[in-house]
Parts: sequence; structure tokens; C-alpha cells
Amino acid sequence: MSVDPSWLPPLGIAIPVVGACIVLGLAKIAPRLVIDIVAMTTAVVSVAAMALLFAATSAGRIVTWVGGWTPKDGTSVGIVLAADQIGAGFALLACVLTACALSYTWRYFDDAEAHVHVLILLFMAGMVGFSLTADLFDLFVFLELMSATAYALTGHKIEEPRSVQGGFTFGVVTSLGAYFSLAGIGILYARTGQLGMPQIGAALDRHGMDALVLAALVLVLTGLLVKAAIVPFHFWLADAHAVAPTPVCVLFSGVMAPLGLYGVLRVSTTVFGGVLPFSSLHGTLTVLGIITAALGATLCLMQRHLKRMLAYSTIAHLGLFLVALATLTASGVAGAVIYVFGHAGVKGALFLMVGVLLARKGNVDEFALYCQGRDERLTKWLLPLGALALAGLPPFGTGLGKAISEESSGLVVLFVLVSAATGGAVLRASLRIHFGLGPPPEDTDVDTTKGEDEEQEGRFPQRLPATMIGAIVVLLTGGLAVGLVPMEAIGEGAQRFLDRAGMLAQTLDGAPAATVGGVDVAWTWSGVVLGLLSAALAVGIGFVGVHFGLGRLRAALKTPLHVVHRLHSGHVGDYAAWLVFGMAAVGALFVIT
Amino acid sequence: MSLLPYFVAGWLLLIGCFGVVRSRDLIHTVVCVAIAQSGTYVLLLSTGFQYGASAPVQGAPGPVVDPVVQALTLTDIVVSATVTALLLALVIQIAKRTDTVDPDKLDELRG
Repeated sequence: MSVDPSWLPPLGIAIPVVGACIVLGLAKIAPRLVIDIVAMTTAVVSVAAMALLFAATSAGRIVTWVGGWTPKDGTSVGIVLAADQIGAGFALLACVLTACALSYTWRYFDDAEAHVHVLILLFMAGMVGFSLTADLFDLFVFLELMSATAYALTGHKIEEPRSVQGGFTFGVVTSLGAYFSLAGIGILYARTGQLGMPQIGAALDRHGMDALVLAALVLVLTGLLVKAAIVPFHFWLADAHAVAPTPVCVLFSGVMAPLGLYGVLRVSTTVFGGVLPFSSLHGTLTVLGIITAALGATLCLMQRHLKRMLAYSTIAHLGLFLVALATLTASGVAGAVIYVFGHAGVKGALFLMVGVLLARKGNVDEFALYCQGRDERLTKWLLPLGALALAGLPPFGTGLGKAISEESSGLVVLFVLVSAATGGAVLRASLRIHFGLGPPPEDTDVDTTKGEDEEQEGRFPQRLPATMIGAIVVLLTGGLAVGLVPMEAIGEGAQRFLDRAGMLAQTLDGAPAATVGGVDVAWTWSGVVLGLLSAALAVGIGFVGVHFGLGRLRAALKTPLHVVHRLHSGHVGDYAAWLVFGMAAVGALFVIT
Repeated sequence: MSLLPYFVAGWLLLIGCFGVVRSRDLIHTVVCVAIAQSGTYVLLLSTGFQYGASAPVQGAPGPVVDPVVQALTLTDIVVSATVTALLLALVIQIAKRTDTVDPDKLDELRG
């Protein structure tokens, strides 16, 4: 049986929307089990559709003009979807993670009504659309669809003050960012009269760079950088992750934030690739990435609230992804994408394990849980393993992605230290909680959020439901598999992703899909050694952290840490001020580099 | 076409952000977000506007204004309605649970 693959991208967006409508219609009449089955079926069908699409993209980029509005003589009023291996890979990742999150939700919330399923399915539709669209305005629409459902999911536990507060901050900051993006899109439309990315790109090539186009670039990127939680747009992420239901955190960390980076690269290469000098884009993104990685790793080490710790580790990794993407080479992009995939599996499993602790102990505070997890059979061994995988232990996908990324970017020290710090922080918490190592932590700091007042999610003190264990195992194995199965498709996809001329020709002139070479994405000895080094450093950081604690480290660095902590004030006004400052800073970086 | 609408649009976007920064009341914050968004309406509509042109109806005589930006603005308004409603609902819950709508007093999440 052969399916015309150009049907698959629209189907990827339509299936979850239809599924969400069915769930909503059944919500009042059907029992919970039916709702779960319908939602799960929708997610699995989407996974299958996106897997087919991913397989089909190996023959070349798949271009779909929605509704058959193909361009005539190079001009078009239609909306175009373009899927290459990278975009289809992200769409597949979104669907797989959604299926895992839904499986975990099955027994996790006792009281989850159908609207959680509806929101998760719509969220998936937004993410798939965002990955596949090649239309700038649609990018904004899918960004908003993703965002609006994400705010609602973050504030899902409406009885809890922190939860609604985190959802509100997330909503305000991301919305402001998205409006700046829309303003940028408006300016580009005024300049070029086009809304599709390839069309704008072609028009800008004829027009050239000027101050207004640069302003539009900065504005469009602002909304995407907010989504990607790049410093100084990152403030919402830790607050939202700390309060969102755990399965939702898996989606936020694993795919939503990396999608922001995907959007950044998609827009800056396809739309502005012809007018933006390489050094300018490379310099700006590298600087942003390095700052984000360093700050995220520092803050990750300082957390005691486990979900916030994982959230800051996500920020640190997003910085590393951006550094790799900023190389603008096929190997850098391929490395970053493999890193994203491996990270999604590992981080998702870690979040779910923290969710298990929350469900059984009613607490996610590292200090309060000291010695409390000795009897946990599942998390006792898998949490330290996940921590080492986060640090880049071969043969996990995180290790492979890190190896390729550090090789292509040249910033080996940054990659090793940052990944070791994030893994070490998680390992430290795990050693304290599950093995009771070190002296009992002293409760001395006042700057950070404690993890003691979180609402318990689900209650099963005796046995863990199989659906939850299944989701954890699938995610961790997925993270492992990314490092083991051959990833040639990603290498070729990265070449195709950067092949701007081919994309413009294929979408605008209907040229056949061009063939591109691939890049080598296999393990190297230096990569293995550096991965082992990171893991060893993480073990060191973990044990040192257990025995010397935050107390003394904190005392030595008291003043600078206090300043950093106070900057993360949780105040929505401060975050908005940082957003405007960040926008100005990104503009300045583009000018000076 | 004068530059005035573009300045108005930029002004609305920035004053909306300024309002969020200086806000002492979360309802005020939500309204400021909506004001920032109205800057994008003005920007989009002024992009497609021409003096003397009529509404973009099929078969209208003479020049018409650009219908694309009107469609974009309409989409934008739908987005705005959703986001504003959602944020206001969250503010109601914040007020119920913490008895305050002053962002300076909400310091549960930090560090």
C-alpha cells in the first residue's frame, strides 16, 4: 500500500484536533476509561502518521500546499507545509511524548476530567503544526495554540496558589513575546507583501538588509526565544515547571522548549538566510547559548525543589542546543537534534520519577525527602542512572548528541562542565533521598523555593500502576535507543534543513526534491571518552555535594548567588522588564557581531 | 501613508509592556497585555490601509484595502480573547487562594 506522503502533514495536525473534539463530545456521557482509550488511540494514530511521514522524508522534503492552492508563476496565496527529517522528527517526538504523558496520566490523576485530555491533544496539534509549517503567520498561530493550552495545563491545579501563579506568569511573559513576534511578522508583510517563509525569504533576497528588516528579525525571534527559555527570556520556565502537573512537564521540557529553538533556526535560516551575514547570526546565537548554559547549570546546582532543579537543567541544556545549532553546519544541527531527542527521553523519565516521589511521599523537596526514599525499588536505581544519562553517559542519546555537538562547536569544556553539573545536581539529590548519604542537609537558605507544599498528585502508596512504570521505562529506553540506533536520517535531514536554495526552489517553483549528502553522526572515541568524563565529573559533583552540602558552597559564594536568586523574583513585572531588555540586547548583539 | 499609525502601534506595544512592569494589580496587568496586543492590530491594519479605498468585498469598485491583514487582525483578536479570558480566570483563582492581586505580595515562587 502506498500513500501519497503529501497527505501526511495536514493529517498530523487534523488527527489530534478531531480526537480532542471527540473526547470533548464524550466528556459528559462516557466513563473515564472510554475517554482514556479515545485519547490514547488518537495519540497512537498520530505517532503512526508522523512515523510514516518521517520515513517518507528520507526521499526528500515533502511540500504540501493546503487545499491545493499551489503557486502560479512563483506567486501564491496558499499556505505551505514543508516537512524535512528534522521537522518530521520533531513532530514525531511531540507525538511520542504525548502518548507517554497520556499513558502516565491514565492512573496519575484520580480526578482528571476529560478537559486534561482535550488540552493535551490540542497541545500536540499545536506542536505538530509548529514543526511542519513553512508559513510565518501559521507559525505564530501554532505558537499561540501551543501557548494557550500550555497556560491552561500549567494552572490545572487551580486549588493551589502556586500553580495558578506560575500559570499566570507563564501566560503573561509568553503572550508578550508572541505579540512582539506578530509585530515583526507585520513589518515583514509590509516590506515584502508575503507571509510564507520561502516567499518572504525570496523577496528579502531581492530587497536586501536594512534597519527595518533587522528590527523585524529581532521582533520575530523574541517570541521564539521566550518559548525556548533562552536567558534573559527564561524566567517563566522554572516557575511553570515547578507547578505544572508532572506529565505536562515532560512535554514542556522534552519538546515545547526545544521547538522554540527549532523555530529560531527555521526563521533565521529560511527567511533571513539570504540577507543575514553568517558571522552575525553565529555570534549572536553562540553568545546567548553560552550565557544560558552557564546560568542554567549554576542555578540547577542550587535548587532543592526537584522539579525546579530539572527545569534549570533543561535551561542549561537548551543553552547547549543553541550553541550547537549556532554553528549553522550540518553536523552541529544534527548533533543538537540528536541531543534534543536523547534529552527528551532522559529528562522525561526523570520528571516522571520525581512525579512518583511526589505521589508516594507528597513532597519534592530534596532536604525534606532526605533518607525517605530508601524503600523505593524503582526510583532508587533508575534515578541515579537517569542523572548519569543527563550528564552524557555513553551509550545514551544525550551522550551521542553531546559528542557530535561539542566536536562541531569546539566548545568542549562548556559542554562537559554544564552537562556534568546538571547530572551531578540530580545525582546529589538522589543519593540523599534514596541512600541517605552525607549529613542531614541544613535548612539555611531563604532564597529558593521549597518543595514541601506541592499538592500530592495521585495516591498509591502500595503498588505503582503499570501504565506509569511503562511510561518511565519507555522514555528511558528511548533516550538509550537514540544513542544506539543509526541516525543517518538526522544527518541527512540536517543537510536538507540548511539547504535553503533547495527549499525555496521546491516550494516556490515546484522543483523536485534535491538530493543532499549526509554527515557522519556515529560515536567517536573522543566522544565516548568525553561522555565518560562528564559522567565521572557528575559522580564527583554528586558526592561532594552530598558531603559538603549547599551550606558551605553557598556561604563562600553568598553575595553573587543572592543576587542571582533575587533576580528570579517570581514577579511578573520584573520578567516583562527582562523581556524588553533582552530584546534590546539581542538587537545589539546582531549589530555588533 | 503617514508614519503616525506605526508610531502609535510601537507606542501601544511598549506602553503595554511598561504597564505590566509597573503594575500593582493583576487585573491591570491583564489589561496591559491586551493593550500591548492592540498595538499589533494597529500595525497590521495600517499596513494594508490606503486612503480612498473601499472595504475588500468581491466586485467593489476602485481600489480596496488589503484583506489579508484584516484576516490576520481577526485571528489576532480571537487569540487575544482566549488569552485574556484565560489570564483573568487565573487572576480570579489567585485572588481566591491568596487573598491578594498585588504581584508584589506574590512571592511563593523564587530562586
